[in-house]
Amino acid sequence: MAVDSEGDKARRFRDAALPYLDDVFTLARYLMRNTADAEDAAQECYLRALRHFDSYRGPAMKPWLLTILRNVCNAEFARRGKHETLAECPEDEAATEQAPFWQEPQASPETAMLQQHDDDTIRHLVDALPARFREVIVLREINDLSYQEIAQVAGVPVGTVMSRLARARSMLRSAWNVAEGATP
Amino acid sequence: MNCAECEILLHALIDHELDAGHVRDVEAHVTSCSACAEKLRAFRAMRTAMAQAKLKDAASGALRARIEAALPTPSAQLIALRQSFRASRRNFFGGFAAGALLSGALAASLVLSVFHTNQDQITGDEAVSAHLRSLQAGHLTDVETSEQHTVKPWFNGKLDVAPPVIDLTAQGFTLVGGRLDELGGETAAAIVYRRRQHIINVFVSRRQGAERRGEISESRHGFNVRHWAEAGLDFWVVSDINAGELDEFCQKFKAALRLPGAPS
Repeated sequence: MAVDSEGDKARRFRDAALPYLDDVFTLARYLMRNTADAEDAAQECYLRALRHFDSYRGPAMKPWLLTILRNVCNAEFARRGKHETLAECPEDEAATEQAPFWQEPQASPETAMLQQHDDDTIRHLVDALPARFREVIVLREINDLSYQEIAQVAGVPVGTVMSRLARARSMLRSAWNVAEGATP
Repeated sequence: MNCAECEILLHALIDHELDAGHVRDVEAHVTSCSACAEKLRAFRAMRTAMAQAKLKDAASGALRARIEAALPTPSAQLIALRQSFRASRRNFFGGFAAGALLSGALAASLVLSVFHTNQDQITGDEAVSAHLRSLQAGHLTDVETSEQHTVKPWFNGKLDVAPPVIDLTAQGFTLVGGRLDELGGETAAAIVYRRRQHIINVFVSRRQGAERRGEISESRHGFNVRHWAEAGLDFWVVSDINAGELDEFCQKFKAALRLPGAPS
């Protein structure tokens, strides 16, 4: 019915988009590395998404929202005159370091007690990655997107997603080994 | 395959993004190369540890409220008001008592149909929302098993209905498990199936009233939704698989449901 199209649209948008707020906020937090900036970016993302909802044809809501979110974050970096997402040096000292083999975690009560500390440690390791590698890790491991969807969000071919992810995981693994060695 | 190629492809293997041919290639290389085998093991372990860690952030209630407030909220009531305003303006220009009656009736029917449409849509939307919620981490199943004789008793005592649990694995739809959910404010049984990477949720609840509309076959926000009522139960089926496959699923589900001696 035409008469309730606006209300209908607003409700359809809420139902379709709001379930992904945690995903949107999470990517925003990892990209901006700051809660206040992340909240602003998430809000701007939802307002932009609503404006473009008429032209939304799928395929999936989550990668569509994350694409918009990424554009919002990039625009914010550009506005600040920084080029964090584009010009950040992809080389990382830790990546070339030789480190002992990574230890598989044991599912024991002891490690369960260390879980909180471990979560924070992993977050810091992810936060420390250069932007383009951090982005691909978050989209894959935390937002749980497929390679195709990551390619869509990051605006690069699937082959680039694969090589970035390989590089990102190598860097993360090295940093992880170092952090684990440093943990008392 | 050399180690450099394997270095990239083993990640696709871990992420289940590799076709069968490449899976064989990577596995063959890994059996003969201990360095790559160790990498595969380490990256798998890292991925598992990351999946178990709490790395996802939850949006704060304040942010949710801010976004809610920033989105327009035209309610059915508001639309109804707008309609009656338009109708009364027409009435004013018409200037006839009959016109007023007609407009009044028109306004009333518009209000009714607006509410009616919402009523219908709420349930379809709710089914999709419940489906989306189920896809959030850790929420898909309360009881996880492909064994129908485990799923069905699990629901006993948790619901006022006994939902049919049908094993369609042999027909290409794997039974994943079941959970309790809520649909339209009512507790519902959700039976979960998988087709390739796609999840199918079947929501079963006690049928409320006889006037609920019959079969629904529609697409909402990229999800296909099917609804029918049968044997005093309401069935809502939601998935992101294509319409043809979901119809196939519904046909097989209904056929099994109607077999003599079928689980009821």
